[in-house]
Amino acid sequence: MTVSSELELKSFVLLRLGERRFAVAADQTAELVAPSRVFRFPHKTANIEGVILRRGRIVPVCDIAETLIGKYLSSRRFYLIALRRYGQKTEWVALPVTGECELIYAELTAASPSDEPHVAGWLSHAGDVIEVLNLGALTPGPEEVPSHSPTQSHLASQSPRGSEAEARP
Amino acid sequence: MPLPAPPKPGSLRAEQIILFRIGEQILALSSSSVQEVRGADSLTGGATEIAAPGVEKVRQFVRRGPHTLFLVSGAAHFGLSAREGILAFVLRNTRTALLVDSIEKMTAMTRLQALPLSFCHEERQWYRGLTALDQTVVPVVRPEGFLSDDELMMLDAALPAPEVLGEGTEVAEATEAEEDSDLGTELNE
Repeated sequence: MTVSSELELKSFVLLRLGERRFAVAADQTAELVAPSRVFRFPHKTANIEGVILRRGRIVPVCDIAETLIGKYLSSRRFYLIALRRYGQKTEWVALPVTGECELIYAELTAASPSDEPHVAGWLSHAGDVIEVLNLGALTPGPEEVPSHSPTQSHLASQSPRGSEAEARP
Repeated sequence: MPLPAPPKPGSLRAEQIILFRIGEQILALSSSSVQEVRGADSLTGGATEIAAPGVEKVRQFVRRGPHTLFLVSGAAHFGLSAREGILAFVLRNTRTALLVDSIEKMTAMTRLQALPLSFCHEERQWYRGLTALDQTVVPVVRPEGFLSDDELMMLDAALPAPEVLGEGTEVAEATEAEEDSDLGTELNE
């Protein structure tokens, strides 16, 4: 392996959904955690099951399996906590996965225009060609949020972190 | 790339909230936004039916002097399968009386987390955010989120003329309202 080819290797996390494997760029993942209680409440966003509590944070659980493999996961062993970027902001999103995840180094082949929006690229690993996921296309986000969002702007103005606010009557 | 840990609670100010129940769902509402808590019967007794297409969550209203208060079914608003609420929260600075099943308890929250950006539909208008209480996550509702401006316009358009209603009802309602304890004020003392 030459020096130039080594430099092109990037790190990815391989995740499993049912029988299929997918990859997410390692710098877009935070941790892998055991399943915990999902808190559900009324909402209208498809694919969001509810939220989990993790390290004092409230993290939405987004089931991407139906989009990727055409069915919901019947059994799940872990949540892969991914980093979802919304412009300048980054939030945690919990992705239910089956099986353990694996950190690998591979060369990324860029997606072509004919690929589906959720495909950020491709990589080859252990004889398989694996989709690298574009989380922005897989998980719902502010592109669907109405431009007038008083809740968000109000809270953002109260907190330097933008996502949490001290409770004020 | 882990994000920095959230700031530790310490000198955070607390906000008094009411935990209430609609069906099996527990939600929270700032106590300062509740002007009155009444039995739904005492409110609906003097209420008038209304049918505004597209706003099926409101089926009754009451007039209070110059003001009209719409009774909003919390179950219908949130899409929950629950029977009609038996308590009514008259929400301060709104035209909403929210019908709920019961008050779970009153408590305080010290931290309100904005609704994650993954939630990107009507719920952004419904909730101020989420709070964690006793290892449970509770959505904190926005009092203004129950009736949008468009819905209020539709409801106003569906209102019968005031002279059609019995004036005695209005007076009785207004008097009854004044006699009721102001829970929101009590909680804020």
